[in-house]
Amino acid sequence: MDAFTQHSGVAAALRRSNVDTDQIIPAAYLKRVTRTGFADGLFAAWRSDPGFVLNRPEAAGASILVAGQDFGTGSSREHAVWALQDYGFRVVLASRFGDIFRSNAGKAGLLAAEVDAKVVAAIWDLLEREPRMTVTVDLAERTLLAGVDADRVQDSFDIDDYTRWRLLHGLDDIDITLSHAAEVEAFEASRPVWKPMTMPARTAG
Amino acid sequence: MGRTLAEKVWADHVVRQGDGEPDLLYIDLHLVHEVTSPQAFDGLRAAGRGVRRPDLTLATEDHNVPTVDVDRPIADPVSRTQVETLRRNCGEFGVRLHPLGDADQGIVHVVGPQLGLTQPGTTVVCGDSHTSTHGAFGALAFGIGTSEVEHVLATQTLPQPRPKTMAVTVDGKLPAGVSAKDLTLSLIAQVGTGGGQGHVVEYRGEAIRALSMEARMTICNMSIEWGAKAGLIAPDETTFGYLRGRPHAPTGADWDAAVAYWQSLVTDDDAAFDREVVLDAAAVTPFVTWGTNPGQGVPLAGVVPSPDDFDDEGDRTAAERALAYMDLTPGTRMREIEVDTVFVGSCTNGRIEDLRAAAKVVSGRHVADNLRMLVVPGSTRVRLQAEAEGLDTVFKAAGAEWRGAGCSMCLGMNPDTLAPGERAASTSNRNFEGRQGKGGRTHLVSAQVAAATAVAGQLAAPADLPDSSNPREG
Ligand code: SF4
Repeated sequence: MDAFTQHSGVAAALRRSNVDTDQIIPAAYLKRVTRTGFADGLFAAWRSDPGFVLNRPEAAGASILVAGQDFGTGSSREHAVWALQDYGFRVVLASRFGDIFRSNAGKAGLLAAEVDAKVVAAIWDLLEREPRMTVTVDLAERTLLAGVDADRVQDSFDIDDYTRWRLLHGLDDIDITLSHAAEVEAFEASRPVWKPMTMPARTAG
Repeated sequence: MGRTLAEKVWADHVVRQGDGEPDLLYIDLHLVHEVTSPQAFDGLRAAGRGVRRPDLTLATEDHNVPTVDVDRPIADPVSRTQVETLRRNCGEFGVRLHPLGDADQGIVHVVGPQLGLTQPGTTVVCGDSHTSTHGAFGALAFGIGTSEVEHVLATQTLPQPRPKTMAVTVDGKLPAGVSAKDLTLSLIAQVGTGGGQGHVVEYRGEAIRALSMEARMTICNMSIEWGAKAGLIAPDETTFGYLRGRPHAPTGADWDAAVAYWQSLVTDDDAAFDREVVLDAAAVTPFVTWGTNPGQGVPLAGVVPSPDDFDDEGDRTAAERALAYMDLTPGTRMREIEVDTVFVGSCTNGRIEDLRAAAKVVSGRHVADNLRMLVVPGSTRVRLQAEAEGLDTVFKAAGAEWRGAGCSMCLGMNPDTLAPGERAASTSNRNFEGRQGKGGRTHLVSAQVAAATAVAGQLAAPADLPDSSNPREG
């Protein structure tokens, strides 16, 4: 995973709340066995509408998605994160995320930054007035900056410390855990013998 | 101070704790299916890693598989590749797999409990959000993403921030003809789809204690639909009775040792939850959704709401969008809504008890003209048991389609989908836009309401059906 410290890019306003992962990428697009190639499935049902934000010229090349409350609820599909990344997004701002989505984003290197609902609304308004406005997100400082002068929105965002640390250093979770192998072995040695095991396989009748 | 059930199970699985780090939890059971695992196995291969504990891992084919012609190669080449990839990966990494055609194939969340692998006080994960189902046994069970699937395959552990705890206490008794599905749909309508965010929920109280294991699974299954990380129920005699004699349940002295531990898995009297919700079971009635998230529901006796009924601006906009998508007019009585398709199945309501309940309603009756009813058992074992009980004959005589096991129309990844504009009453758990097929419209209902709706042609409870030789109650 690449380290993430700061990112500036064009923002797109997704003025909807409760965007579940079935909307981010419908099940029909989950059949690929690779980690890439999901950009076509991103918001697939809405993309056929010419008025949809990602079809508008002002959102061309956008890398920061500013979404309504409860973004990424529902299904655990990490494909939702991969689809956003494949499309070019590096950051999603929302006032609340689905738990599994937020965790998946942290693992895959997409920054899911939780901001106040008022900040989302203010950025949406700014984008109406200043399409193609750049937003800068600083993970080290946990801050974001949108717009210029009197009009600008400047605030902090929330992300848990551990995910922030991993993203800043581009660290892989599995490597970290494997460095604690001795503790895992000690735990395994203490597990009761009657705990279920899938093998040898037993089936009814 | 005492501890909650969830805190006890959590504490018993902490491998490591560090300042400013999430706890490292040991995982007792890892369930795997074809859709969320291929990239995880690829990751292992790329890093030259193996599966640490194949003996704590189980795979089955469910999301993507057809429910007809299951003995023939899968027609859709992309689906076939995904299923074949799982088979190859399981072979290469030594993971037990129940493939299509096997008696233990089926939806992961039906297969784990039925094999007796889901046990009280265990940690269970799967690359699927409805892993919360297993919480019905007093297990700490939650859905994970593909990166985490890879993490568990490689290490049998998972770093997890400590969640908050919540109690949902359901006092009193559910009225006759009211099911666990009605209870969970009314709960979600009350607390909202984000109501459980960041919490592990314990369902307790008289009405919960009275539920069968299958009904408890229905409740825990839908925990994720109101944002909870997991939902669990303290194990009791009902739990032990369900497990005894299952293929992977402990036996002899191991059984006694296990039960002694399981009996300690209760929330202490002096334990405190971060949040508590109390419901009155007696007030619950058959409940159905009108919108595009599981919180947008009303009693079957109610009407389609108007956006103006909502104080919150976000809820109002969401209602407007949902009504447009669902093509519904405020004020319409729910019972007047006509449906084209009825789906009975999924990890929410695809177990034997659900099929029995649905069969009882359609027995001696016939599904309405121009309506298709799909009955999809949650697992092949459920299908075999239903056939042994003659339920398949009942469904077929009523004009329903009797299918092979899998997720099927719950998520419409296989050919079982709604056509654009088609309207369904579905026993599944998600009524999201396009969930059951692009442009499809879903009303979430219980198995009883689904069956009655199939007969009536419009949303209905068993008690609404004209008399037949059968009992009227679901
Ligand atoms: S039945 Fe539906 S909810 Fe359950 S695992 Fe399958 S797709 Fe997911």
